[in-house]
Amino acid sequence: MEMRLIEGKKAFTWKGFFLQWEWMLVAIFIGINLMNMNLSEYYWDYNSLRDATMSFLDKAFIVLPMVFIIILGDIDISVASIVALSSVIMADLYNMGVPMPLAMIICLAVGAVCGLINGLLVVKFKELSAVIVTLTTMIIYRGIAYIILKDQASGGFPDWFSFFGWGYVGGIPFILIVFTVFALLFGLLLHKTVFGRSVYAMGNNITAARFSGIQTDRVKVIVFMLAGLMAAVTAIFLTSRMGSTRPNIANSYELDVIAMVVLGGISTAGGKGRMIGAIIAIFLIGFLRHGLGLVNVKAQVLMIIIGLLLVFAVMIPKLKRNKAVNKGS
Amino acid sequence: MKRMKWLTACLSVLLVMSLLAACGSNGGNNAPAKNGGGSEQGDTGSKEKRKYAIIFKNTGNPYGEKIMDGFKTAVEELGYEAILKAPDQPTAEAQIQMIEELISQKVSVIAIAANDPDALQPALKKAMNAGIKVLSLDSAVNAASRITHVNQADPELIGRTLIQGVSEMIGGEGQIAVLSATSQATNQNTWIEWMKKELEDPKYSKIELVKVAYGDDLRDKSVSETEALLKSYPDLKGIIAPTTVGIAAAGKVLTDKGLKGKVQLTGLGLPSEMAEYIESGVSQWMYLWNPIDVGYLSGYAADALVSGAITGAAGDKFTAGTLGEKEVTADGDGTQIMLGAPFKFDASNIAEWKSVY
Repeated sequence: MEMRLIEGKKAFTWKGFFLQWEWMLVAIFIGINLMNMNLSEYYWDYNSLRDATMSFLDKAFIVLPMVFIIILGDIDISVASIVALSSVIMADLYNMGVPMPLAMIICLAVGAVCGLINGLLVVKFKELSAVIVTLTTMIIYRGIAYIILKDQASGGFPDWFSFFGWGYVGGIPFILIVFTVFALLFGLLLHKTVFGRSVYAMGNNITAARFSGIQTDRVKVIVFMLAGLMAAVTAIFLTSRMGSTRPNIANSYELDVIAMVVLGGISTAGGKGRMIGAIIAIFLIGFLRHGLGLVNVKAQVLMIIIGLLLVFAVMIPKLKRNKAVNKGS
Repeated sequence: MKRMKWLTACLSVLLVMSLLAACGSNGGNNAPAKNGGGSEQGDTGSKEKRKYAIIFKNTGNPYGEKIMDGFKTAVEELGYEAILKAPDQPTAEAQIQMIEELISQKVSVIAIAANDPDALQPALKKAMNAGIKVLSLDSAVNAASRITHVNQADPELIGRTLIQGVSEMIGGEGQIAVLSATSQATNQNTWIEWMKKELEDPKYSKIELVKVAYGDDLRDKSVSETEALLKSYPDLKGIIAPTTVGIAAAGKVLTDKGLKGKVQLTGLGLPSEMAEYIESGVSQWMYLWNPIDVGYLSGYAADALVSGAITGAAGDKFTAGTLGEKEVTADGDGTQIMLGAPFKFDASNIAEWKSVY
């Protein structure tokens, strides 16, 4: 078995500090911004950049808990379906006469319950991988959304509801403010609490974690529930931005979310990575898309570019490790 | 050793960057050549080429490619720059993002074939507030989100003609089904409404519309929806597919299953894609307008809006290049510009059209 070290236990050196993946991301981020500025004269514009964040931050809410899930060595591919289901239920309840604030609270509750179900299934059926479990719930949740709305759109929300997706507070997009708050909370939870340390310990070696007294099942269920809850937050912002909802809303968002987490340097093998990496990756992909969109790059080309970035992200740590092994022998 | 790692890392970043830059300039071929120079731009300020943008529903749709071709032809005839965009998924989310990108690029016009009539309203209103002329084409947005709409053909005529056609094919009785695009596609839904109205006529009392299926304008989903229709309704006599992706998928399924003559097929299709099925008799005939003309007319309508020749009010007239004079007419709460009546393609004329589009 391969030996793994818990990150952060190594002695601090400046060299080591700057060799971290997150600095590579910062370098790529700066590179992308320079490239975009060269490509389009319209890129470096405060209003344009500010409004671009409103287009990609909706899915960023799910990235935060997904970091926890991937550090655990699991994955949740049902998040986009949870977005659809909670959004559809919110819209349907509102159109049945439920007041909008209550419908939004129910939306969050639906998301949390969906996540709870995922978590319970994952810990009850340990022989099944989380991919399989969430694959089934992914189909089920979206299926229910289709049954509720029967392939139709639902909307007609009150005017104030559009504030979530389109509003500004003091010139800053509301969604950016809310995201910053959540990002801080999740960052603190991962790096500054016992809960966060348990997540790392479980990702490194779940058996050892269990024997050292961590309630592994409870931690897992909570993490999956958080993912469901944040998917519902995404549902509120996305529905507000769209002004209406459909059962096929947020299609394939789970792939974007997982891509951002992986690019952020969170290892799919579990136990490694930091919140800040994923957060940089969100803005990196977001601004990359925006910049290339400004020069009207074809949609397929964009997908290829992001794919290449991901290959790069997955490849680099592996190369590093191979080198380390060579050096050791 | 560390230094080597750094070097490798930096080189990799450089590689990716150059790759990105290469892709960028490839894709941006239609961007103006004088991209960078700030001072140069200042000189040409007022004379700078206007940019007319079109957003279609999704990529990989041959019908959409033709519309965009027509739009580009018109805009280039007028001496401006055309920007053609389409998201990889037929969603309103992706179109909202593209509208934002075009606002940042300060285009003069956004012409859009919408994936959702209402969801684009906030984005398009923002565009109009920024002084951009917004018109929809093919699939309309609601009247508040646009100045005018370019309509390929009278929706009433399309809906009624399709029912008349299928009724003739199946001999006036039996079960029929509709294979549509997405459930929110505005134009398909309007045509289906008119089909239902036409079916209320007592002469169709023996025809039963059993289901409207949605293939989402995706080839594989349209195929599986057609197969599901055939399975659920073994007595099905006819399929109407008012979408080019759907009719081609249905044609393929009916051919593969050897159902030629048992299940009739008509709808709206591209001659080039449907020629083999019309020649083989799987679909005896179908209808369409010329998508190139739809795009072309939109290009000229867009220019008439920018130049102020029309304001988008009913009664305005303008000359649309080779298409001649067109008039803006009222359409519900908004206005529209009509291209003309649908055109019938059958075994007698498909050969000459299949190479055109």
